[in-house]
Amino acid sequence: MLYIKCPYCGLRAQKEFSYGGDATVKRPNINEEVSSEDWDNFVYMRKSPRGKHTELWQHIAGCRQWIKVQRDTATHEIFQTAKVTEEIR
Amino acid sequence: MSQRFRLNKEGLINRNKKISFTFNGKKLFGYEGDTIASALIANGIHLVGRSFKYHRPRGFFGAGVEEPNAKLQVEFNGHSEPNVNATEMELVEGLSATSQNCWPSVNFDVGAINNFLKMFFPAGFYYKTFMWPKSFWYKIYEPFIRKAAGLGVASIEKDKERYEHKFEYCDLLVTGSGPSGLASAYAAAKNGAKVILAEDKPRFGGTLLTDDVSIDNLSGKDWAEKIISELKSMPNVTVKNRSQVFGYYDHNMLVMFERVSDHLEKKSKFIPRQRLWYIRAKETILSTGSIERPIVFGNNDTPGIFLSAAAKEYMKVYGVLVGKKPLIFTNNDSAYETALEFKKNNVEPIILDTREEHSSELIDEAKSKGIDIRFSHGVIVANGYKKVKSAKIGKLNKDKNSFEKIETVDCDCICVSGFWTPSVHLASQSGNKLKYEEKIDAFVPDKKKQHETSVGAANGSFTLEESLKNGFENGSNLSAKITDTKTEIAIPNVNEKKYGAHDKFWCMPLPKNENPKRFVDFQNDVSVSDIEIALREGYRSIEHVKRYTTLGMATDQGRTSNLNGLQLVSNIENKIVPEVGHTTFRPPFTPITIGTIVGREVGMEYMPTRKTPMHEWHEKNNAVFVDAGAWKRPRYYKQGNETLFEASKREAKNVRENVGICDVTTLGKIDIKGPDAAEFLNRVYTNAWMKLPVGKARYGLMLREDGIVMDDGTTTRISENHYHMTTTTAQAANVLSHLEYYLQIVWPELNVNVVSTTEQWAGAAIAGPKSRDMLSKLYPDLDVSNDALPFMGYKEAEFFGVPSRIFRISFSGELAYEINVKSDHGMFMWEKMMEVGKEFGNQPYGTEALSTLRIEMGHVAGPELDGRTIPSDVSLNGLVSKKKDFIGKNSLGREAFNVESRQKIVGLIPIDRKSSIPEGSHIVQDQNAKLPNPKLGHVSSSCWSVENNNPFSLAIMKDGKNMIGKKFFAVSPLKNKSIEVEVISSHYVDPEGKRVRS
Ligand SMILES: [Zn+2]
Repeated sequence: MLYIKCPYCGLRAQKEFSYGGDATVKRPNINEEVSSEDWDNFVYMRKSPRGKHTELWQHIAGCRQWIKVQRDTATHEIFQTAKVTEEIR
Repeated sequence: MSQRFRLNKEGLINRNKKISFTFNGKKLFGYEGDTIASALIANGIHLVGRSFKYHRPRGFFGAGVEEPNAKLQVEFNGHSEPNVNATEMELVEGLSATSQNCWPSVNFDVGAINNFLKMFFPAGFYYKTFMWPKSFWYKIYEPFIRKAAGLGVASIEKDKERYEHKFEYCDLLVTGSGPSGLASAYAAAKNGAKVILAEDKPRFGGTLLTDDVSIDNLSGKDWAEKIISELKSMPNVTVKNRSQVFGYYDHNMLVMFERVSDHLEKKSKFIPRQRLWYIRAKETILSTGSIERPIVFGNNDTPGIFLSAAAKEYMKVYGVLVGKKPLIFTNNDSAYETALEFKKNNVEPIILDTREEHSSELIDEAKSKGIDIRFSHGVIVANGYKKVKSAKIGKLNKDKNSFEKIETVDCDCICVSGFWTPSVHLASQSGNKLKYEEKIDAFVPDKKKQHETSVGAANGSFTLEESLKNGFENGSNLSAKITDTKTEIAIPNVNEKKYGAHDKFWCMPLPKNENPKRFVDFQNDVSVSDIEIALREGYRSIEHVKRYTTLGMATDQGRTSNLNGLQLVSNIENKIVPEVGHTTFRPPFTPITIGTIVGREVGMEYMPTRKTPMHEWHEKNNAVFVDAGAWKRPRYYKQGNETLFEASKREAKNVRENVGICDVTTLGKIDIKGPDAAEFLNRVYTNAWMKLPVGKARYGLMLREDGIVMDDGTTTRISENHYHMTTTTAQAANVLSHLEYYLQIVWPELNVNVVSTTEQWAGAAIAGPKSRDMLSKLYPDLDVSNDALPFMGYKEAEFFGVPSRIFRISFSGELAYEINVKSDHGMFMWEKMMEVGKEFGNQPYGTEALSTLRIEMGHVAGPELDGRTIPSDVSLNGLVSKKKDFIGKNSLGREAFNVESRQKIVGLIPIDRKSSIPEGSHIVQDQNAKLPNPKLGHVSSSCWSVENNNPFSLAIMKDGKNMIGKKFFAVSPLKNKSIEVEVISSHYVDPEGKRVRS
């Protein structure tokens, strides 16, 4: 079970969180034209990297905040966590 | 039978307490502190089971976790458990143990014929022999294998015991209480660290209990006792025996299995049987010690053959002799301690040492005591079927590949030692890449991967002095980093015997024309020739050899066989062991019960049960409940001998004709507040929300970004910046996360807050043509006319003195209202409604009637919104705005979503107007067509239309409305039904929706 540092609550067990996918995907702006290629990339296309990956998790059984977690997908090592408004360096 | 192999004095057992037990029906005695194994050996019993594949007689081989053979079916405390390790299970009064894997009895086993048919059971026999003919598999091969290969029998009774889970955090977890573990725990405790010390066995001390050593002028055992009692007195230390740390997981989480009460004769019902600990440790000390490995020789699985250290442990801990005429077969000095212990107890051993004649402290001592030592000697083959009777021994030539002399000596046990293998399983599970240590012919942990530090024998240090130093230093340094305190501790003086070098020898050659089985893995019956076959057939990777031969699999996990297997492969392949590599060490280290894994999460405790505030009323009024997620919802209210079908029909009909009330508390409710709430809803829902006036509700549809319908429900504008959203019961949690995602990540600029209020409100729907009459009686001071409270209207008013919210919304398609009051007032509201509703013919209705009502109206729900449908598939495209953007809008333009023939919602009625159409039926053109019969759609929801008094179904079907008027078959192979149906509109009742507006 992973040990995830919520930027609001501190270190908590994985079972308090739910996974939310790639954090680097940005939704096209609302009310703006978007090419179908860009839209498809946003909806469907995801990388599946082996190694460092910045992902979203939600602290559902805690503060309910969505957070960023930079994690190694092979070893599960967590390098950094941050609020969604912060940058992962 | 008396305990004729029990020594008079030796041992740590309690001789004042005799314990009676049975083995295969025979009544026997042992002492408190015995294991099943030590008590049986004390009674002279060695044959305890039959081997897995060849059904060969098997006895005890070890004295603890390393035991590969002695797995028994054990009944105690009213339950029966298979595969209990006889060398670990403590003896309790009244315990009854039986042998497994033998039929009809351990002494006469029909399956033993396999031993003589071994050409059928070579390596990979599962893969080869039983391949064909195919029809033989089910009828002959599989039943035969199942019967032959069974280990124990799992109980079919419900487990009455209690199991617990516990979560714990500590600075330092120490796994094993041998010398290095005690030293580490002690040093860390003195530095003020929060320490957990776990010991698998009932007694603390590890090898200190059996080794002839002294520390600071105390015997090893006394020193261990002193340290343990001091640790126990410290508030920052938790000391646990009978507790095995069996798994090392991510982020330094370790899992420990505690046997809390199996050893207790009488126990309080409040004590669990076993406990699973999840321990998050900042640092871990792996002091798991080492396991002796055997030397491979002919018939080395015969009962009476032991690991040498196990034989010593039986004498020193249990006061039991494994035999009175022992042969000690060794390639190193440690077995000499066993020989000396025999000698001390007036038993004359013969030592066969594969090494050439030489001298060491222990050899000299053995010589001085007059022990018969034969250098360059080894056991070729053990004689005896159910027990060792003699052994053919040989003097090895210089190259150790043939014999200079062969003779037979009488013996009743053989104690074998092929040197020591560090227990590196936890280090390996932590991700540590192991390295091969030539000096000890075994793998040891390499660079740290997580926070694991291996000390003592687990790290390949086999002297007491080194182990203690190792332990004190690491315990102190690791904890000092955490506590910032460093207490100096003097490393104690140690007195131990110096061992000479071991012989890199692990397998006895065979004389020409002799071919007895030489086992590498006892538990899985893998012999030297099996591994040779696997390699000859081209298996190269050690992982493949493992799977093909089953070497190192099952509960044993290769504890005693791993290294010898690798040696064999490396010899044949002409590689060195590190090139061969090792197989994966999997948790759990030893078997644990399923009960422990499950813990308290069984039956009603499997997950929380959510009950509405009106639950008790439903119970009292014969509600039959259905699970909706964690919620319990009344499915129907049974009157007399009614069936589900009859009751739901009655309830639904009453709604259509009079009025009914339904508990709708379980619907998800989300409070939405903020100046940008309208804009937010406008983006979340497919329809327009900017112009919804205060005091009005609107039906809304939300999509996922891929255009698929996510959920539907009504949202009401309570005040300028305050909305009340409802979701389906099933999607409540997902919708909240979905909203939070957009507010926190995608549009943080929107000033909106969302919070779940599902538990805050109790809800009741009043539906039916008489619902307005009933409402006016519930709110005598309120104008509830169609003008004052129109369809989709909203009002707040007092309900007999308590605040309430009235929504004029309808799921049933009838004139209907939903009343919400604070949860605490839910029961009051419900009872009042039942009382007031009497004169209007009001009856409660459950989810089954609710489904009937919505299906015949053509209202979609979960079965239609199944994660595959877009709005136009379910006739909701009217709710999709063309003017504004919203979540998922861009996806609706996708080509596949706009093909005319796409599957869409329709209604179905059976041609005979009688046969109910099973949900899940496939719609086909020709019911007799050859398989695979082309599928045109499927039946999503079915009901008995109370309005038209015949069955009606909703279906998702190719070409949708274009099919109306055509006939097909709804086929359910599951229910073995095929029903001819006609396609009609999905709106079977009141298609214009007049009733809800009436
Ligand atoms: Zn949090």
